[in-house]
Amino acid sequence: MNPDAEAPVLVELAGVRKSFRRGGETLPVLEGLSLRVRRGEFFALMGPSGSGKSTLLHLIAGLDRPDAGAIRVGGVEITALSEAELTAWRARRVGFVFQFYHLIPVLTALENVELPLLLTGLDRRRRRAHAELALELVGLADRRGHTPARLSGGQQQRVAIARAIVTDPPLVVADEPTGDLDRSSAGEILDLLEGLCTNLGKTILLVTHDPRAARRAHTVRALDKGVLTDAREALDPQCR
Amino acid sequence: MLGKLWIRNAARHPLRTALTLVAVGVAILAFGLLGTLVEAWHAGVSAASANRLVVRHAISLTFSLPIAYRERIRTVEAVRAITHMSWFGGFFRERKNFFANFAVEAHSFFDLYPEYRLSEEERLAFLRDRRGCVIGRGLAERFGWRIGDAVPLQGTIYPGVWTFTVRGIYSGRDRGTDEKQFFFHWDLLNERLKERMPPRANRVGIFVIEVHRAEEAPEAAIAVDALFRSSPAETRTETERAFQMGFVSMSAAILSAIRVVSLVIVVILLAVVSNTMIMSVRERMREYAVLRTLGFGPGFLAALIGGESLALCAAGGVLGTAALYPALALLERGFGAYFPAVAPPAETLLLGGLACLGVGALAAAVPIRAVLATPIVAALGRVG
Repeated sequence: MNPDAEAPVLVELAGVRKSFRRGGETLPVLEGLSLRVRRGEFFALMGPSGSGKSTLLHLIAGLDRPDAGAIRVGGVEITALSEAELTAWRARRVGFVFQFYHLIPVLTALENVELPLLLTGLDRRRRRAHAELALELVGLADRRGHTPARLSGGQQQRVAIARAIVTDPPLVVADEPTGDLDRSSAGEILDLLEGLCTNLGKTILLVTHDPRAARRAHTVRALDKGVLTDAREALDPQCR
Repeated sequence: MLGKLWIRNAARHPLRTALTLVAVGVAILAFGLLGTLVEAWHAGVSAASANRLVVRHAISLTFSLPIAYRERIRTVEAVRAITHMSWFGGFFRERKNFFANFAVEAHSFFDLYPEYRLSEEERLAFLRDRRGCVIGRGLAERFGWRIGDAVPLQGTIYPGVWTFTVRGIYSGRDRGTDEKQFFFHWDLLNERLKERMPPRANRVGIFVIEVHRAEEAPEAAIAVDALFRSSPAETRTETERAFQMGFVSMSAAILSAIRVVSLVIVVILLAVVSNTMIMSVRERMREYAVLRTLGFGPGFLAALIGGESLALCAAGGVLGTAALYPALALLERGFGAYFPAVAPPAETLLLGGLACLGVGALAAAVPIRAVLATPIVAALGRVG
């Protein structure tokens, strides 16, 4: 299903440049990149290792800053925000899903999901209710008391997705969310992400190596040497 | 949630946490013991009366004064009462059974030292028996002595075995009063000296005088010393507090060393807790990056890391303080003769608590700075 072509733009990048310094040498990663992602769109970004796709994701999510260019998310020029404003903005507007789940190992599944709600001012009872609902949405209500060590990789990633959506952010960024999972678990995670987009209207920004994952997206683009290109080459027909 | 994270993070490496707790506990125990030791050293100064003056030989305390001085000192207007005491230096059976023992002027001594509480009945029994003695409650408990027991003391300054009968057991008016002393009749000592060593007879170690009002003490001291100026045995009169401080001053170097060691202990404590916190935080760098990604700011991270560090120090401090009391009881058994029973002073406990809090805060400072200075993206990629 394609997103509504009339839907407003949620993410807009214009002339974004980013380079890193390594050993006195400057390595350009993104070179004048421009991009638009509409609200409710499932957008996949592919590309070889070192192509800059994770860097792009970090910039859009406000985890890093570009050297030049502008990034607007939901009408907010995030490149102009101070560090404290950016931190507060992330808490309200972005949900994160990482390749290695990054759950807090000493907290239970429910407590991990509850974590972002500590920044919302909700009382404990309401926080618990929201966290339980998010766990139900990912099908893990019966594992609420389990710590990450007692969950499989797929279950941990579902908890991470529940944590990403519990504050109801409009944008969910997922960096290789199936990269550490078996085929069956990866399918479940992709089903969940697709469901977030179609049922809850979330905008999903997915970075992946996996053509199977990318094909779930409405829009697939490839990043090569800091420039966005056509994704047809990346979506090898043999993988379909 | 913060509380849960403090406790559960601290419990992630039980052995490391236990070793750190033991290290903090031992450090606070040592800090408390040294602080109590310094306090015990000053116990005599603290217990000194503002109304009492000590008259001693001007050259040294080891020189005695003629008993005849008593009547001349009495003529000083400010003097309300006078007594005297002489260090006997005996021990019970073996040298290790050492305690302070004095030959005193029995009729006046307890009037000038009301902090040694003795029943009227026991005081009269002591006065009636020239071979009698009065001992402190602590001394009685140490050797199991009771009223009526015969106690032989082996003399060192005054050779021979001197046997006394316990006629009274005094108790201290307050906690700082030394309850481990032994007093007997100077008259008895003097009689023997007249027989065996006449040149040493009719002399006393110090006179203790009491003035009507503390404000009269400086003038009284000057007046007393003026009486004996240019005599073969000139006197030096000072307040009891100054007299006791003289003993403390002799040990000033030791006390300074103890204070330095106390500071070193705090520095070691800081190194141990810092090491634990740096290791723990380095292992969790990615978790802190995740928290920052989720929107938690520097304040939450500082509270998370600082709270764990403070909790570690506080728990170790409580352990060390709890161990301080039994440790002091053990020390008292071994060295009780040298110091009055002293509980850990409030100042030492307070300083120990502040040291724990200070170390907790300082040990967290470097890791907090490291967490906040590491870019989120770099920390997310870091494997602990």
